[in-house]
Amino acid sequence: MNRATLLALQVLVAVVVVGLWHVLTSVPIFGTVLLPPFFFSRPSDVAMRIWQWFADGSVWKHLWITLTESVLAFVIGSLGGALVGFWFARKPLVAAVFDPYVKMVNALPRVVLAPIFALWLGLGIWSKVALGITLVFFVVFFNVYQGVKEVSPTVLANGRMLGMSERQLMRHVYWPSALSWMFSSLHTSVGFAVVGAVVGEYLGSAAGLGYLIQQAEGVFDVAGVFAGMAVLAAFVIVIDIGVSMVERRLLVWRPATPDTHG
Amino acid sequence: MQETAANGAAREAAAGPRGDGLGGEGRGVESGSADRPCAVRLTDLDITFRLADRSTFTAVRNASLALADGEFVAIVGPTGCGKSTLLNASAGLLTPAAGSVEIFGAPLAGLNRQAGYLFQADALFPWKTAVENVAIGLEIAGTRTAEARERAKTWLGRVGLATFADRYPHMLSGGQRKRVALAQVLIRDPKILLMDEPFGPLDAQTRQIMGNLLLDLWSSDRKGVLFVTHDLEEAIALADRVVIMSAGPAARIIGDWTIPLARPRDIAEIKLDKAFHDLHREIWAVLREEVMKGYIQTGGAE
Ligand SMILES: Nc1ncnc2c1ncn2[C@@H]1O[C@H](COP(=O)(O)OP(=O)(O)OP(=O)(O)O)[C@@H](O)[C@H]1O
Ligand SMILES: [Mg+2]
Repeated sequence: MNRATLLALQVLVAVVVVGLWHVLTSVPIFGTVLLPPFFFSRPSDVAMRIWQWFADGSVWKHLWITLTESVLAFVIGSLGGALVGFWFARKPLVAAVFDPYVKMVNALPRVVLAPIFALWLGLGIWSKVALGITLVFFVVFFNVYQGVKEVSPTVLANGRMLGMSERQLMRHVYWPSALSWMFSSLHTSVGFAVVGAVVGEYLGSAAGLGYLIQQAEGVFDVAGVFAGMAVLAAFVIVIDIGVSMVERRLLVWRPATPDTHG
Repeated sequence: MQETAANGAAREAAAGPRGDGLGGEGRGVESGSADRPCAVRLTDLDITFRLADRSTFTAVRNASLALADGEFVAIVGPTGCGKSTLLNASAGLLTPAAGSVEIFGAPLAGLNRQAGYLFQADALFPWKTAVENVAIGLEIAGTRTAEARERAKTWLGRVGLATFADRYPHMLSGGQRKRVALAQVLIRDPKILLMDEPFGPLDAQTRQIMGNLLLDLWSSDRKGVLFVTHDLEEAIALADRVVIMSAGPAARIIGDWTIPLARPRDIAEIKLDKAFHDLHREIWAVLREEVMKGYIQTGGAE
């Protein structure tokens, strides 16, 4: 299927969904409107609201806050996860000692941590960043750990026979392998960074997309909720396109696989 | 009984003059071996593996083999007999349970720094292009990147891949990958070459081309070569000596033939030679028995 047809079909899906939504919330069928606009709002109202946010510029501040939190959570979480993953993979004893604790912490639903972080770090951006970090860290950690562990023994032996020292093995063998695993989970970890930020904002803050949605919900402003969701979705798609571009540049050496991100 | 015979053969090969077909070219193997130490000398090697159920598996028992400096020795044996295992022991990647590995007269401790190893499985770094793969051996030894890349390009040219320098391994065919791996090993100019079925995945014609290429490169500066193959014809066509291993487990070296065919050789032409056929018949008579044994054993184990 060529690109134009694909794009046309994708647009068609959006048109049908929005069209149905509009019809069901505005046109009476057998005398009743099936979806009362009070609970479901209307596409036109939502569009109006988004337009209004961008026209008066109030949404930029919230977008900026959420973006900052996501980026910070992603960068810090990835760095930490990569370093610790690397360390554990190279030191089996350390990995064995910490194994049950890693599993324990990872099993914890992160939402329960949000109030604690708010308590420790206040209602500013850092409590949201911390929440994002706890999500991103483990994704990256497990992937880097796996990447270092699963280096092909033949490639490793080849590096040794070519005269690599331990440090050179790190740089030319372990690290590229770990990075490729890490990048294969880039979409997931970036997504988690955003989730951490938005959930944190939703549970208590004074700015950000999560805050925007939470405020609208508080006054039963359904159009506001949907508008917030739409802006959030667009935000995630833009970030995802950026990630795909980075990925394509960094993983040129890998055989093309069917597109599996999501 | 047989073990003594095998050891005897290996020692004799290392120490005494044998075969005279190579003498005409002024090869120094025979004359020099009296005072010069062997490039690789394996003596009474036992190699065991610990299996998952804590039992041990003896892959190689009492194997002895000597490779003189500058000599080309081919190791032939049924699949699974322990050919790769012997090379791994010579490379220092495996520690034998008993026996000794000596490299140029010195016992081997740790990795064999004098050897270049062409692995049976794919061993190129998938995240490096062909030219980066070839250059890496020089770069880690401290050569400036620009110079290393330049020399790597020359080597890629020698193995016929000059135009593929910027491809990643997954964009190369199996044979092209083997050639990159060959350049990767040879660029470091190791004193000893360990080659494990380097032409394994190639078709017959490419094998011939690669074989001639290898002989070409080798004859310009003769290194000791241990060359593993399951193709007896290839072994005879390439090597100074052909060594046969018995079927595993507890495989030994059961035969050792000097190949007195004149050099330089052309692989395709030499196969038409009468002397080649006689040698082939003689060695195959021994090898066939082992191949059958190996086949029956693996069949019985399943
Ligand atoms: N790590 C290991 N653990 C247990 N057994 C092993 C291990 N490596 C090799 N073996 C066994 O040792 C024997 C020799 O293996 P090796 O790889 O040396 O065979 P080979 O002669 O190179 O065979 P091929 O021609 O198929 O490459 C085989 O029976 C194999 O199953
Ligand atoms: Mg093998």
